[in-house]
Amino acid sequence: MKASVPLMPMLTLALALAACEREQRPTHAPPPASSIGNPSQPAGAVARAHDRYEQNAYAVSQGKTWYRAYNCNGCHAQGGGDVGPALMDATWRYGADPASIYATIAYGRPNGMPAFGGRVPEDQIWQLVAYVRSLSGQLPSSVAPSRSDGLQAGKPEARREKEKIRPEPPSNPGELR
Amino acid sequence: MNAAMSSNEPAAAMQDALRAAGTQAQHIGALWNGTLVLCTLVFVAIVVATIVAVWRAPRADAATRPDTTSLEGPEHRIWRRVGWATGAAVAGLLVLLAGDVFTSRALARLPLRDAVNIELVGHQWWWEARYRDGDPSHEFTTANELTIPVGRPVIVTLRANDVIHSLWVPSLSGKKDLIPGRTATLRLRADRAGTYRGQCAEFCGLEHALMALLVHAVPPADYEAWAARQRQPASEPADPVARHGRDVFLGTSCVMCHTVSGTPAQARTGPDLTHLASRQTIAAGMFPNNRGYLAGWIGDPQALKPGVNMPANTLPPDDLQALLAYLETLR
Repeated sequence: MKASVPLMPMLTLALALAACEREQRPTHAPPPASSIGNPSQPAGAVARAHDRYEQNAYAVSQGKTWYRAYNCNGCHAQGGGDVGPALMDATWRYGADPASIYATIAYGRPNGMPAFGGRVPEDQIWQLVAYVRSLSGQLPSSVAPSRSDGLQAGKPEARREKEKIRPEPPSNPGELR
Repeated sequence: MNAAMSSNEPAAAMQDALRAAGTQAQHIGALWNGTLVLCTLVFVAIVVATIVAVWRAPRADAATRPDTTSLEGPEHRIWRRVGWATGAAVAGLLVLLAGDVFTSRALARLPLRDAVNIELVGHQWWWEARYRDGDPSHEFTTANELTIPVGRPVIVTLRANDVIHSLWVPSLSGKKDLIPGRTATLRLRADRAGTYRGQCAEFCGLEHALMALLVHAVPPADYEAWAARQRQPASEPADPVARHGRDVFLGTSCVMCHTVSGTPAQARTGPDLTHLASRQTIAAGMFPNNRGYLAGWIGDPQALKPGVNMPANTLPPDDLQALLAYLETLR
């Protein structure tokens, strides 16, 4: 029983230190991991790359800043969709996994999504990916933003239900969207 | 401003509440002087009273006991003495209160006819200044450096974009907070030409201490000339290298955050760069605005100002030199 006395404080300390990482603010961007988001990349490498962003509250909140600064809400509104598709719902035309969203932002998609690769730095794209995934509740509530700087209707990202992702049902051929 | 001047170290800007350069700062300086005199008198009186008390205290040495007879009876004329002390304290505080009230009335009485209207927005960690005018074609935006005419009142409308900031240019005026979602105004007038340094005076994050604002007070004619130049869009660069630099600017991440009016770059996330080369400093008063610091800043802002929102830009050397040549044409 004697060993358990220092165990509790040690455990608390370990948990506290682990929690620090979610607020860690790297002032230097990680070295560019070339060809991330390239579909030919092994899935494990991509998963490790985006984990760094999706487990860090600061990265997600920076993503939220870029979302507004780069005028994502010009087409996608606050996630509800407008000219562009909604980002807070369950249907995803081009995949909801981080690598697919990265590819969407970096290389663009047909019918209007511009390619931001080369203009938005790679680490900022990953921050945007993490934030976009938080819109539909894909990130744990300890990481997703819990309040907004401006007025926002509805629940903050941290309190959203996790949407069960499904591909968009095929639309009628010839239907204008 | 010519290139030789902009490549020099910026002139040492005055940041001194005791040397007022404007009527508002003068009133505040007078209040400070009055408070200092009164508090000095009180301090001297207390020190003198303490010394007298110690000097008159009963003496003793190893052989003789101290004479404590005066401590045994009731204190002589105690009510009169306490009354005097209380009266003096109340009177002193009333004088300070009256000084406050009269100073604040004097500050509010600044005549505002023919005022220059500036909307100042605090960002982490820089200042955005929009010069307002009844005629929209006369409005323009600049950053981190204000130019104001000597002798004309200036109405500064204060807003914040992210967190609470505070504007303090000690040589010209008192402090005022910039609070997100609220609008405040600060009125000031520079009566002496010169460059005055201001500083964010409310902790606003990692680089709060390096969020400076330079105010250039210039003769009214110079101000009009400066404002007329600021209203112009950036001109087409004549030099092919600078033209390539413009293409680099429009083709990389610069264009996502900065404005150069007259080009497709119209983003409002970072400082307006339309007349970047006319400013003395970069990074909110941190470095002189010359080619070397600009190159370092573009290449790795995090190394110079950790936490800043500008990302590092790894450009090929030729592109970087062209970009710098282009930025130097933005007079």
